[in-house]
Amino acid sequence: MIATRRSRADFAYRFLASASGLGTLLILFLIGLFLFLQGLPAFRYMGLGFFTTTGWITQGAHPKFGVLALAIGTFIIASVAIVIAVPIAVAAALFISEYAPRRARKPLTSLVDLMAAVPSVIFGLWGFFQVQPAVIGFARFLSTYFGWIPIFHDSTSLYTSSAAMAGIVVAIMVMPIVASIAREVFSLAPQAEREGALALGASRWRVIRAVVLPFGRGGLVGATMLGLGRALGETIAVAILISPVFVVQLHILQPGTNSIASWIANAFGSGGQLGLHGLLAAGFVLFVMTLVVNLVASVIVNRSRSGKGVEL
Amino acid sequence: MTIAVDTSAPLPFQAGTGNDSPPPPRTPIPRSRVRLRDFGGGDLVLLGASLAAAIAVTWLIFEQFALLSGPAGFVVCSIAAFLLIYWVANVQLNGRLVATDRLWAAILGVGAVGLAVPLGAVLVFVISHGYHLISVHFFVKDQKGVGALSPASAGGIGHAVLGTLEQVGIAVIMGGPLGIATAVFLNEVGGRATRLVRIVVTAMSGLPSIVAGIFVYSIWIVYLGQGFSGFAGAIALSVMLLPSIARTTEEVLKVVPGGLREASTALGAPEWRTVWSVVLPAARPGIVTAVLLGIARVAGETAPLLFTIFGSSFINANPFNGAQEALPLFIYAHVKLPSASQVQLGYSAALALAMVVFFLFLCARLVSGTRPSWMNLSLLRRAAKSSERSEG
Repeated sequence: MIATRRSRADFAYRFLASASGLGTLLILFLIGLFLFLQGLPAFRYMGLGFFTTTGWITQGAHPKFGVLALAIGTFIIASVAIVIAVPIAVAAALFISEYAPRRARKPLTSLVDLMAAVPSVIFGLWGFFQVQPAVIGFARFLSTYFGWIPIFHDSTSLYTSSAAMAGIVVAIMVMPIVASIAREVFSLAPQAEREGALALGASRWRVIRAVVLPFGRGGLVGATMLGLGRALGETIAVAILISPVFVVQLHILQPGTNSIASWIANAFGSGGQLGLHGLLAAGFVLFVMTLVVNLVASVIVNRSRSGKGVEL
Repeated sequence: MTIAVDTSAPLPFQAGTGNDSPPPPRTPIPRSRVRLRDFGGGDLVLLGASLAAAIAVTWLIFEQFALLSGPAGFVVCSIAAFLLIYWVANVQLNGRLVATDRLWAAILGVGAVGLAVPLGAVLVFVISHGYHLISVHFFVKDQKGVGALSPASAGGIGHAVLGTLEQVGIAVIMGGPLGIATAVFLNEVGGRATRLVRIVVTAMSGLPSIVAGIFVYSIWIVYLGQGFSGFAGAIALSVMLLPSIARTTEEVLKVVPGGLREASTALGAPEWRTVWSVVLPAARPGIVTAVLLGIARVAGETAPLLFTIFGSSFINANPFNGAQEALPLFIYAHVKLPSASQVQLGYSAALALAMVVFFLFLCARLVSGTRPSWMNLSLLRRAAKSSERSEG
């Protein structure tokens, strides 16, 4: 045991570092506290009705507003995004870590990181003017031949500004995040187990099935949830793409949907004092939703065998 | 490696082995090794041919028979046809084992292409729509006196560029040291709270950007009664920047060899001196990369600025007083406007923003590509010089 005697300067250094570490905790706490306090008048006015009302009328004689349609829309857009993004991201991550030539790995990884840095307003623009027109034909096909599945039903035949369109663009934004975590998880798969499988005569695909995927399962679940957290909070791209409505819209191809984040961006500054409190209350709900998803994700990643030492 | 027995090939040992001596009863069967990693010219041709066949078949079905439409459907069907054709061709030529492996390689490759294509498409889109206005004039003028009917080239985005620079700069000054100090706490100081802080920092890095915006709005503008200003936007950006820098810096500090710390302690340096003069300098390129990556991510954020800087159409150089403009906010506001010239301004600003972000990203990669400093000779030389000085 080495006895260390700390000088006064050492105590000051430890105090400063600890203070900034705990300061981060304090900031998160303050975010929750202030959003809750500012949303309180709305919670108080609507009571539990805030969670069961779909409309958003904050002015006039009988204001009536709630977060139900917003929350469901948020989840639908995020689910579409995850369903599209995760398979592509995992495939890309496996390709980079298992199949790509060793020399190409680093540039490919940089490419994924670069994609994560593209501003969301640019993705939104691109999605609105290019992705949406390109996908309409496919949406029409889905709705025409698979319209008997309720979620693909569309009574308007317009196919634009829908949850599916927003979901596709959000998926493109979530993909690099999931892919970079998945790649890191896969690259940590123990070399000895890979070589063992190869020595037993496994092909590369069998190595992936037998070693890499089982090893990476925990990390993958965590990566998916982190992607979900990002998808839930995506604001500007969704705000550019969708046309906001206040009904619970389960038909993902039908125009009109909504999400908490994009509605806050759209409606801020209109709707009077109560409307402002309502938006901040909705923001608090979004904060709690994403915080829970992210906390569960980071706990899963940290607990799993593959997640140890993965940078999120 | 997998060994496959090829019985159909002619056995070379049987040809011309002599005249009357009976052939040895058991000739060793030549084994052709199947090396899955080998991917020669023939395989490349097969890949290209399958792709061409798939596109041709899909075109035939789409355009001639079914009269379906839309590029997205075409791409999806082409991929399905390609995978099918590629698999069947490989089964015929190389056998089932190779075919399965190649099929999965193709599926994963399609995934990788699916990830890369949107990035390329975004780049092409932004450049082709935005290059018209890029000029020095565009970067220094503001939108003062520019109306909806003015031509797009009448004004510029100088006010937005200036605003973004000031806001991001202030955000780095506030969030950078705090993020690095948090990383030092997590990796060097430790303690009971480490786990909790690490999980909270991770969760905070996924905080929706709009939540950061309305948080600053509710505390700074509603509760403290301040007006809209660039500084308010900078607070919101630093909330986004802090966890990003903290996490990446922690990863960098982790790979600083423990031997450096021990050597410093053995020489009698106090803890703070070890961190300040040994650990942080050794990790410098990594920390610079962490900060640059954080800036690249934060510079493009629109949502935290919506309710904090408010937006303005002329140059306001003072970040502490009055509404300011920023590039992402300018883009968001302009592409929603009805006039074509204003939408054009939005596109060109988007190109400018993309250039800024890519430039920062490139810098980050270049810095991280340099050798870590503990291998850096100049650092060792400097250390030797300073020890000489203290001796002499």
